[in-house]
Amino acid sequence: MNKMEIRFDAVSQNESFARLAVSGFLLYKNPSVNDMEDIKMAVSEAVTNSIIHGYDDSGTVRIYCEIENDALMVEVEDYGRGIENIELARKPLYTTKPQEERSGMGFTIMEAFMDKVCVISQKDKGTKITMYKELK
Amino acid sequence: MKIKSSLEGNTLIVNLFGDIDHHNTEIIKRYIYDNMSHSIKNIVIDLSGVEFMDSSGIGMILGRYKEMSEKMGTVSLVGIRGNMERIYTLSGLYKIIKNYDTIKNAVNSLKL
Repeated sequence: MNKMEIRFDAVSQNESFARLAVSGFLLYKNPSVNDMEDIKMAVSEAVTNSIIHGYDDSGTVRIYCEIENDALMVEVEDYGRGIENIELARKPLYTTKPQEERSGMGFTIMEAFMDKVCVISQKDKGTKITMYKELK
Repeated sequence: MKIKSSLEGNTLIVNLFGDIDHHNTEIIKRYIYDNMSHSIKNIVIDLSGVEFMDSSGIGMILGRYKEMSEKMGTVSLVGIRGNMERIYTLSGLYKIIKNYDTIKNAVNSLKL
């Protein structure tokens, strides 16, 4: 098993850092270009959710990855507002911020690009998204 | 991320390069806003130089579509491919905004 953990400020300029950190961690497994692009997409969506919806101003995002054989697990966690209705939040096109030009596709994309997505959230405690993907 | 633009008749052609995420969409939105004028009827967004785009890009394109629709104008895309194409399809954006292989084809379709 190989593990990696990072914490960074919940600011939008760290979205590209988060994508590159996770894809960089995976490099030694020689993943396919498709797997790499899928994982970058899912991580970008999860981290953007934490930054936009988790906090009003400052906060921290934590990413934790584990690789065991060819199975990847990625956790994206924030300690912010939490999601009141997870079922509703996971619906395609649902967004709490339509005025900010959000597409409401975040969870739908995570589910489409990863094998499995779990969401745990508690009001005013935060949200943890755990995603799994078998590397080909 | 880099942005360039040019005018062809009443069409604003915006060439985007690099990654499009939530951080950059605000910059792109402002750039397009600053380069708009009353005479511009259409926007062609060229994504052939874009290496990565997530759902924030879909939201930004949809936002421009809404603005141009109010002016009876259009938005077209150029060079959507790979995972960008998957989210373009998944979001249903393809139903309202067309994607072309070249800028020339996108501009020509507006003249018809």
